[in-house]
Amino acid sequence: MAEPGFVREPFREIRQQHEADMLGMYIFLATEIMLFGGLFAAIFVVRVLHPIEVVEASRRLHYFIGAINTGILLSSSLAVALAVQAARAALARRAALFLVAAAALGVAFLGLKALEYSKEYDEGLLPVFSDPGRFSGPVEHLFMNLYLISTGLHAIHVTIGVLLLGGLALRLTGGALRLPDRVIVVEACGLYWHLVDVIWVFLYPVLYLAR
Amino acid sequence: MSATRTLVLAWSALMCLLFATVGASFVLTGPWSIVTSLAIALAKAALIFWFFMHLREEAGLVRLVAIGAGAWLLILILLSMTDYATRPALGGMTN
Repeated sequence: MAEPGFVREPFREIRQQHEADMLGMYIFLATEIMLFGGLFAAIFVVRVLHPIEVVEASRRLHYFIGAINTGILLSSSLAVALAVQAARAALARRAALFLVAAAALGVAFLGLKALEYSKEYDEGLLPVFSDPGRFSGPVEHLFMNLYLISTGLHAIHVTIGVLLLGGLALRLTGGALRLPDRVIVVEACGLYWHLVDVIWVFLYPVLYLAR
Repeated sequence: MSATRTLVLAWSALMCLLFATVGASFVLTGPWSIVTSLAIALAKAALIFWFFMHLREEAGLVRLVAIGAGAWLLILILLSMTDYATRPALGGMTN
């Protein structure tokens, strides 16, 4: 959509500039999709080769914590979408408030994830940290390796997202980011956050709900 | 319909789909479980891309890039699966 703001070199009109900005961000997001895509392919292969063991391993995960975390991320995405809407209307304070709310939900997600990892450590299910002998077999060990790598990589992305959203809120309240000229910065950070949400939307059923 | 209302409705739909996917995991097993949970996840992703990630407002080029990312991912996963799915039939490694 067209939005207010200055046209910068080398663009001639605001719509063209906006499309180029969005295109750049979407191509970056495509590389993120491929990064996690490799992990998803590995999880699917393990599931096809060992259907029974994978379902048993999946049943031992805390699907309820995962469900709450999914709800938290979906709600934080709504907050970011509302922040972008406020930023487009040049309501800097309102946008900053929504961004802080989204970042706080992100922190809550990370807190629950940490709680979950500690529970899995107690149950002897956390690779690297737990005694390998406590896994029911090599397939469960492999599945939990993939679980730790994919959720860990996702948690790193959530952490980056929380820092981005928090920094953005500071810049908006401090007046360092002028609205609506620089609304694309809010939009691009929002896109990143939503993609991190989308990745979790797939990680959750694939890891926690294999039945 | 106001923009805020649209966004809140999209979020409500996402939460309903979350309940649906958890509910389905109690009822379905095996291939139906995978197909259903992936279909629900795809629907959620579509809602997020369309309403939250501005695809609704963008022109064809940006939409094409978004679909393109999914298409390459599909190639990666489907081609890997043709290998693993056909190995037992060829009498090769089954485990």
